[in-house]
Amino acid sequence: MSTTTQTDIKTFRAETRAWLEENCPQSMRSPYRSAEDIFWGGSKPEFSSEDQKLWFERMRDKGWTAPAWPKKYGGGGLNKAEYKVFKEEMARINARPPLFSFGLMMLGPALLYFGSEEQKMKYIPEICRGEIWWCQGYSEPGSGSDLASLQTRAEDMGDHFLINGQKIWTSYADQADKIFCLVRTNPKAPKHTGISFVLIDMNQEGVTTRPIKLISGKSPFCETFFDNAKTPKENLVGTLNDGWTIAKYLLTHERSGIGLMPATQSLQDMAIEEIGLENGVLADPILRPQITRWMINEAALKLTTERTMDEAKAGQSPGAKSAFFKYYGTELNKEQSEMRVVIKGFEGVEWGEDYNDGKLARGMCRTKGNSIEGGTSEVMLNIISKRILGLPSR
Amino acid sequence: MALVINEEQQMLKTSAKELLKNRAPVSALRLLRDSKDSKGYDPQLWQEMAEMGWTALNIPEAYGGLDFGYVGLGQIMEEMGRTLTASPLFSTVWMGATVINLAGNVLQKESLLPAIAEGTQVVALALEETNRHNPSRISTTAIASGEGYVLSGRKVFVLDGHIADKLVVVARTADGDEGINLFLVDSKVEGLSIERKWMMDSRNSATVTLENVSAELLGEEGEGFAALEKMMDIARIGLSAEMLGTMQEAFERTIAYLKERTQFGVQIGSFQALQHRAALMYSEIELCKSLVIKSLQAIDEDSSDLTKLACMTKAKVGETIELVTNEAIQMHGGIGVTDEEEIGFFMKRARVAQRTLGDYHYHLDRFAKLNGF
Ligand SMILES: Cc1cc2nc3c(=O)[nH]c(=O)nc-3n(C[C@H](O)[C@H](O)[C@H](O)COP(=O)(O)OP(=O)(O)OC[C@H]3O[C@@H](n4cnc5c(N)ncnc54)[C@H](O)[C@@H]3O)c2cc1C
Repeated sequence: MSTTTQTDIKTFRAETRAWLEENCPQSMRSPYRSAEDIFWGGSKPEFSSEDQKLWFERMRDKGWTAPAWPKKYGGGGLNKAEYKVFKEEMARINARPPLFSFGLMMLGPALLYFGSEEQKMKYIPEICRGEIWWCQGYSEPGSGSDLASLQTRAEDMGDHFLINGQKIWTSYADQADKIFCLVRTNPKAPKHTGISFVLIDMNQEGVTTRPIKLISGKSPFCETFFDNAKTPKENLVGTLNDGWTIAKYLLTHERSGIGLMPATQSLQDMAIEEIGLENGVLADPILRPQITRWMINEAALKLTTERTMDEAKAGQSPGAKSAFFKYYGTELNKEQSEMRVVIKGFEGVEWGEDYNDGKLARGMCRTKGNSIEGGTSEVMLNIISKRILGLPSR
Repeated sequence: MALVINEEQQMLKTSAKELLKNRAPVSALRLLRDSKDSKGYDPQLWQEMAEMGWTALNIPEAYGGLDFGYVGLGQIMEEMGRTLTASPLFSTVWMGATVINLAGNVLQKESLLPAIAEGTQVVALALEETNRHNPSRISTTAIASGEGYVLSGRKVFVLDGHIADKLVVVARTADGDEGINLFLVDSKVEGLSIERKWMMDSRNSATVTLENVSAELLGEEGEGFAALEKMMDIARIGLSAEMLGTMQEAFERTIAYLKERTQFGVQIGSFQALQHRAALMYSEIELCKSLVIKSLQAIDEDSSDLTKLACMTKAKVGETIELVTNEAIQMHGGIGVTDEEEIGFFMKRARVAQRTLGDYHYHLDRFAKLNGF
């Protein structure tokens, strides 16, 4: 790859800024505020507004749904310096990502690292163009935190695998076109060494899904059943029986995506508005230090992200630190949601008839899953103690 | 600015670690304590520190200093926090030199800063008057008299008070915060009595009584409080750097103990009840590290966020050091509560540092006020 000079970067920044100014609709210039704000793509795309559609299409045509991925796979081909500028310019106008998907977040990175050239050429451009909705088939009824104990079988039938078993908590399986899945290909081997990573079409007779209702009232995840489902052998990613390596790689990508969510209104503004001040201090003397403490922790966590990136640039490896970020970010997210419910009192516990009526209560319920999905808080603490602190296993 | 230290600062940190390990380990503090040392610090070590330039780092070159900056000085504090080293660096350099540099006139700077840089002047700040940190509640009076002023009042928790050559006394010339000013008082002057107090961290503190003591105004009247506030924010960050070192050392010693001690036939560090608490401490310490480096940089950059950062940092570090030093003792079991084991020294030092210049409660409240609620 060619090196980028300072003038190149200056030009790139100016061009990017101008392009974003011209092409990013005003309503797309704020962080995601609710699930509807996210465009997931897929073969049956659903847009919540004209602006969302326009923004997605413009960014897709520029290859900027995946700005740093290679051009030949449909990405934007930006080098490190350009990508940094791109992110800064997006942040400058608060532009939200035009597309969010497990394809972009998880499968894409895994394919770029472990996939064959054919697999990359076939699947990554679709992900960039938001044409295929991928879901993640890891967890099973008997295998959650102990993921490597999974039982779903894939038998070698010559030209294809025959898949039987059940997945659970599969987010958006009922809307997904395809699933990336961990399956057992060698039942005799020790549990970590008999697992493979395969790609399976959801649109076939052998695959059925059943939505599970969450405490928030939504049903974004499902049980997924495989009953003699098939997938061609070329859909094996990486080496047979070495899927655990990919699974772990992918989990760190997933973890870095779950954490603090941006909010429309800051906690203290919400509290001042709802509860009011007496002699210049918040009228709820118990909530006041709770909010303050949360604000300090939030600021400190953001600084820690910044410091960790700076240390990485200076050559210090972050190691297993993603477990710390996953743990701390999700716990803070739960705290903040809970405080919002407290601040709003009766309105905070209003459920309403549809999801948008009871946003605070339902949102709070949803955050309870943050410290479970992608590995529970307890599992993150296990990783910190073993991999970072070097404490012994039993 | 990247939240990492540069090569020069790293070299300074490494050399500080080296000197302190050899000359001032925790056992040196124990010795000062057990011998009831009259000075409460090792003057020879203080000279060595001065020779290494530590006392000159934050002093401008024009006044005999190195102008190296507070990030560097913070690295030394962190290392001294690890070894619990008793020295006048905090009172004299972080508070004294900072406030003289901020508030003093050229003549005052010329007469005091080079001496501090050389390690020949110990300066103490006489601020507090009540049991809890409250820089606005000052009743010590300063009355103009001839060329100077006459001060009367009583000061508590004067760090290094009994070994100081000069005191910077916070006193009132009029009502309100604007009426609070800073005065230089010679420690040998008539009417001044200094009584040493024994604190739980075995470090120096004194009660100072002033009865019509003659004093010199530091800088300009009416500007003292602003300088005091800024100096305190800087010093809070310095102290937080020391506390960061203390908590890291206590934490690392505890992790080492978890790997060493066996019960029920296994290392106690294999118990998940302890592992998770260790992982929690790790996480909180990570946040403290980020706040401390960011705040140290804010001093050198003269950032407008200095006050908020100082407030956040002293609060978070205070909260975390309490957690870590308590857990450190608990995870050592019975030996943790013996005087012979050093881990208790860390808790004792932490408690005094927590009180100094405002504790967790003080700074949480202040941070809320700064944010308009
Ligand atoms: C909103 C949401 C979306 C999800 N989406 C997907 C998806 O798209 N695809 C997918 O495959 N999975 C998905 N999951 C599943 C998720 O990864 C699992 O729920 C998670 O790994 C925990 O497994 P489990 O639910 O079986 O809980 P368990 O593993 O049964 O855990 C129960 C409790 O035991 C604790 N525990 C377990 N093991 C240990 C241990 N070793 N030490 C200490 N404590 C322990 C846990 O921390 C937890 O508190 C999703 C989950 C949620 C909540």
